[in-house]
Amino acid sequence: MSGSYDLLIVGVGGQGTILASNIIGEACLAEGRDVRSAETHGMSQRGGSVETHIRIDGKFGPLISPGTADLIISFDLLEAVRYSHFLKDGGVIVSGKDIVVPTSTFQQGLEVPSRESLETMLSGREIHIIDAASAAMEAGSPLSQNIVMLGAASHHLPLKQESLLKAVTKLVPPKTIEINSRAFEIGVREGKK
Amino acid sequence: MLGNEAIAHACVEADLDFASGYPGTPSSEVVDTLRRQDVRDFYIEWSVNEKVAFENALGAAWTGVRSLVTMKHVGLNVAADPLMTSSYTGVKGGFVILSADDPYAHSSQNEQDSRLYAHFARIPCLDPAGVQEAHDMMAAAFPLSEEFGLPVLFRPTTRVCHSKSDVELGEPGQGHRKGNFEKDPKQYVVIPAHTRVLHKKLNEKQDALAKRLVELGYNTYEIRGKTGIVTSGIASEYVKEIVPDDVSVAKIGAYPIDEEWLAGFVSKHETVLVVEECAPVVEEVVRQVAFGTTIYGKKDGYVPYEGELDPASTAAAFEKAGILYNGSFPADSSSVEGLPPRPPILCAGCGHRATFYAMKKVFGKKGIYPSDIGCYTLGLQLGAVDTTICMGASITVGSGIANSGEENPVVCTIGDSTFLHTGVQGLINAAYNNANMTVVILDNRITAMTGHQPNPNTGVTAMGDPSPSISLEALCRSCGVSFVEIIDPYDYVAMVETFRKAKEAQGVRVVISRQPCVIDARRRGIKRKSYFVDTDACTGCGICVKFGCPAIEFIDGKASINALCSGCGVCAEICPQGAIRSEVKR
Repeated sequence: MSGSYDLLIVGVGGQGTILASNIIGEACLAEGRDVRSAETHGMSQRGGSVETHIRIDGKFGPLISPGTADLIISFDLLEAVRYSHFLKDGGVIVSGKDIVVPTSTFQQGLEVPSRESLETMLSGREIHIIDAASAAMEAGSPLSQNIVMLGAASHHLPLKQESLLKAVTKLVPPKTIEINSRAFEIGVREGKK
Repeated sequence: MLGNEAIAHACVEADLDFASGYPGTPSSEVVDTLRRQDVRDFYIEWSVNEKVAFENALGAAWTGVRSLVTMKHVGLNVAADPLMTSSYTGVKGGFVILSADDPYAHSSQNEQDSRLYAHFARIPCLDPAGVQEAHDMMAAAFPLSEEFGLPVLFRPTTRVCHSKSDVELGEPGQGHRKGNFEKDPKQYVVIPAHTRVLHKKLNEKQDALAKRLVELGYNTYEIRGKTGIVTSGIASEYVKEIVPDDVSVAKIGAYPIDEEWLAGFVSKHETVLVVEECAPVVEEVVRQVAFGTTIYGKKDGYVPYEGELDPASTAAAFEKAGILYNGSFPADSSSVEGLPPRPPILCAGCGHRATFYAMKKVFGKKGIYPSDIGCYTLGLQLGAVDTTICMGASITVGSGIANSGEENPVVCTIGDSTFLHTGVQGLINAAYNNANMTVVILDNRITAMTGHQPNPNTGVTAMGDPSPSISLEALCRSCGVSFVEIIDPYDYVAMVETFRKAKEAQGVRVVISRQPCVIDARRRGIKRKSYFVDTDACTGCGICVKFGCPAIEFIDGKASINALCSGCGVCAEICPQGAIRSEVKR
């Protein structure tokens, strides 16, 4: 058995999944733990669906197989459903409540599932829906939604919240440390509800 | 640390003196990391293509310095010509060719296997299984190259390059060399009389090389039972994760494989399963040395030929071969069906979209649109990309179609970096052979898709030094093209006018659509006022929505513009109602 805690961070290219994964990686290093992750680079970052695999205490390859993830952090409700098959029985989903509607649906006239129907598709699993946009506004910048989500998911990660917060202050742009620290704390609060 | 960053660090530890490359996912961050070092005491360049990069680095290695050339797997096709003879000439300073493979073609046009090139050229190949090993192997690749006087092919895959892991680094090296070219025509001038001798010498190195790779610990095995796995690269990590204690494992990290050594492993087992990504390179050798052992692999359908592996697909191969494994992988873990797809799309305000839109407006559905490799391949979604095969092939495929007797207008698109890579030869050829076609150069001044690397069109080198920016218009004219027009993709009306003029002209027509990449422009502080939809004036006709900009949404029968708007203003020009206007009202 791998013995690692396996999570996916998913969202839309440009939402800050890689920064969030770097923060978890940094927190692992600070706690002296092994970590493996696999990222989406290149063209997929242009507004496409993106996924990062992270294996805390991972000693082998970085990829997580479907049906085996402990946690999915999603910045978008539609993406949470798209990757939900990666979750193991008893796994947890922490997802933002909003949906970035794919541009292709407007072009091709496809139907976009409603928030309610997406939530129904996720039923039967432990799911925490976070109003990341409002929380980020409260923190002071709509750009801090990824850090809000990280704070909200911190209750489920096998890492100390202070290690994560320290990693946040180390990795976000210097001018935004205050806003992002606040975003993390607000995320922690919202994730408790 | 990112795999590519660890690889770059290993180069610094190995006292790298010279580096060149052409960007290509997943290899680009190696040179990007090296060129952004605070203290940089080596030469580094982005070259115009992989063949040029390869030959630059080879020349440097002939002067005795340690040199590196980087590219993605398909880039090695471009550099294959010098590769195949560089093994004959050999090198003096350590010379490492990094060619990054992309199983599953995450960001590529095929899933070719660089290991076959090493086999073809008869040079050593290192195949790291993870970030730490990639680091360690890269640092050792330079001395290995010097020991055998051969180029070394270093072949990481996407899940090594773009994987992050904790990694132990070494200290940066201190002993740089200065190039000193010692003339030796018998080595460096491959006339037939010389090359026959060199070929023999190359072949004579092979046995010692294969044995040395075992000695160095790159190829190892542990016998634990009657069933064995032979695995290579990152697949060996998936095997390690699930393999039970009573199953033997041989791990291949370097090629050529010592056949005697491998036979020693295979012959001690009743059954051997070969697990590797891409081509059955290891499997071919295993089958060759096996007598009486049952071999399973790709060739008999036990391991998938295409795509990348993961723990679950590796477990499935074990199961098929009747081998138990550790862990459980639920069989019913398929994805939810019927969700709207979310493919990557051109950015809000990208000049390419506007150019494609105007081009289609003028040349219509019957126009034939060969295209090329870059962000603009996404023009497929706008129906403006009909072919893509490899770098530089838009103009050549286009002139082939134009000279085939096909009567519909041929309009091809190519980015500035791709044009300078291998497009310009096609333009010379098209002009020389009087092809009847339009060539649209999508000039965003940078190599955008791979992470905004500078090119000869940017006006700056990889080291950040200013350099003369090439004149694409003068270059096209000197190729023999008399119709060369420059357009601004944000000026829709003028753009349509220019395309109409091009449509009526004969011969090769070049239209250069020039506007900096919108991501790069934003980073440099260029700001434009965003636009909004006057909902009273909007009739909900949907024309702006078909434009496909991610900043335009369609809600309750009306268009609206979201926060992604970069203010290019093209949608305002295409709206027949004049309902889209500048300046924020909200």
